[in-house]
Amino acid sequence: MTVVSRESARVTPAIWQKVRRWWPKRWYAHLILILACFMSGIPLFYALIVSTQTNAEVFRYQFTPGSGLHENWHVVFYERHLHTYMINSVIMTLGITLGKTIFSLLSGLAFVYFRFPGKWLVFGFVLITLMMPTEVLIIALFRFINKLHWQNTYWALIVPFTASATGTFLFRQHFSSIPAELSEAAQLDGANPLQFLFRVLVPMSWNTIGALAVVQTIYAWNMYLWPNLVMSDPDMQTVQTGIGALRLGGGALRFGPLMLGTVIVSLPPVIIFILLQKQFMSGFTLTRDK
Amino acid sequence: MVVSPVILMLAGAAIGAAVVAYIFKRAGGLWLLGLGLGAIAGAFGSALFLAPLDYCTFEAGRESLDRAFGLILAAAGTAIVVAPLGWLSGKLLRHESLIEGQQSQGAFRHWWIAIPLLAPTLTILLLFLYYPSLETLRLSTMLSRLGARREVFVCVDNFTRLVEDKTYFETVVRTMYMSFFIVVLSMGLSLLVATMAYLPIRGASIYRILLVWPYAMSPAVAGIIFLLMFNPSGGLINYLLGKWLGIKLGWLNDPKVAPWTIIMASVWKSMGFNILFYIAGLQNVPKDLIEAGAIDGAGVLRRFWHIVWPMLSPITFFLLVTNLTYAFFETYATIDYLTPGGGPLRSTTTMMYRVIQLGVQNNDMGKAAAESIVLFLTVIGITVVLFRTGGRQVTYGV
Repeated sequence: MTVVSRESARVTPAIWQKVRRWWPKRWYAHLILILACFMSGIPLFYALIVSTQTNAEVFRYQFTPGSGLHENWHVVFYERHLHTYMINSVIMTLGITLGKTIFSLLSGLAFVYFRFPGKWLVFGFVLITLMMPTEVLIIALFRFINKLHWQNTYWALIVPFTASATGTFLFRQHFSSIPAELSEAAQLDGANPLQFLFRVLVPMSWNTIGALAVVQTIYAWNMYLWPNLVMSDPDMQTVQTGIGALRLGGGALRFGPLMLGTVIVSLPPVIIFILLQKQFMSGFTLTRDK
Repeated sequence: MVVSPVILMLAGAAIGAAVVAYIFKRAGGLWLLGLGLGAIAGAFGSALFLAPLDYCTFEAGRESLDRAFGLILAAAGTAIVVAPLGWLSGKLLRHESLIEGQQSQGAFRHWWIAIPLLAPTLTILLLFLYYPSLETLRLSTMLSRLGARREVFVCVDNFTRLVEDKTYFETVVRTMYMSFFIVVLSMGLSLLVATMAYLPIRGASIYRILLVWPYAMSPAVAGIIFLLMFNPSGGLINYLLGKWLGIKLGWLNDPKVAPWTIIMASVWKSMGFNILFYIAGLQNVPKDLIEAGAIDGAGVLRRFWHIVWPMLSPITFFLLVTNLTYAFFETYATIDYLTPGGGPLRSTTTMMYRVIQLGVQNNDMGKAAAESIVLFLTVIGITVVLFRTGGRQVTYGV
């Protein structure tokens, strides 16, 4: 009896050690994280699966890729014109991002490297717009765009969003941290302000420019309410407002093409976001510091 | 009660004079000058909103609600003019610089070159932010339709009718509770997940990527994907629920459940952003502080509550404001795809959704403008309350 129990006492810790080696440290953290990854991943995973299925397969609730990818592709790009929406979205996104960056650079330059009367008043004028969200004046803005006859034009999508208090502020902060000797040296060399901006300041500001651009690109690509209001022409839809049309056709709701379109239009921002996460973060935290 | 413009102006002048004179005296300026300036500002402020309305709220035949509204407008106008004047004169008298970080060296000559540099930004802000803001104020007192030739002045009826409108009150309450649950659930779960992802475990960097990407999905896409999973007739969730538990829920057509579908979709979409920022915040918590807590014998929860949570407060505060804006404004797209038209029995109609319904679909721009202003004041109000309660306790660094 005693011999056996002594043996088992020797054996148990060995098994226990094996279990412990296999059992990960902080298993609860892994459990919660895996659960969270599932929760965030399953909707997209299911959307991916459905994008390859025909409607019949969707309602059989298969979790394997189906046989409808070719047909769905045809619906998305030939029956409906997702590429048209994508071109519109690219133009809008580029326009907003470029406009915001360039105009903010120029105004940042003006606020840091010029002394002019009433500067703080002008700066206050820009800064106060941080408290005016477009959403709450969207009715009047919509009316104004109608008066300008800008409905169904790229102007309506781009121009109202090209000025940015955030961007101006960001570049003002950044330029203020650059030693004044640089601008003095540039002036001695006879550079004009624009030469100074593009030859000296911009090369020193790529981090800030990148941060602003990443945040703006994702923001512009994902805009929904405004394009929905000002674009009534089917050919002038952006991706966010246009994908809804993919489900209609043949008298029934078609999920395959809708999901294929959804996955395609979500890829650009997701890829940009994952690759440029650091820039994105600094874009947000830079504006938060103040 | 007879309220005349003169009485309101005198009242405004008295308040303005008292406030500004007090500030002048404390800052060591000529208090008589402050008295005069404040009186002028107060008198002007009381008329700021009411003069454009031609004091219509006090006309004969108006209800007491209108008169009360007029008094509120007078008070608000006075505050809007007097407060900045007081702040400015205080700063000037104490010789404080108005904007920090002013660079005095390295400025270019020819100051007028700044004009073309600033012109694009200023023009666009003026045309597409300032002008629509003023236009929103003007429209809110009108009966106005897009394409109609005439507009009718209706005084403050667009606002006073909201007070009596039961559906509007319900919309406000619904917006509040949906926003509350979106913000609290999303931030709470994100903090839990971020704390786990921050632990030194194997594969932490892979977890992080797998967790944060939903941020880049648009609110519209969140709506579409949830439509696929939750649509009551052929959605995956109801199929699985029916198969396993024998129940089916009207995720989109039951007025009790539909708001929760919107809340779930919004939480799903916004968690990535919150996790990203909470992980960044956790990385800024000094390790020696936590170790010191551990040496003193504080357990995991106590360490979290007394050391980590206070250090995270700036991030929490930033996220509160960002998530609030998201819940109030950007959920529009999610709602529009999941429950077009604002849900069964308006159960998913938020304040923003209602503004668009009124202004664009019903083409009643005056009413929509009035509701936009209420929406704006609500968001500003909540932000100010957050600043006053939470902002003070925020710990910045060690």
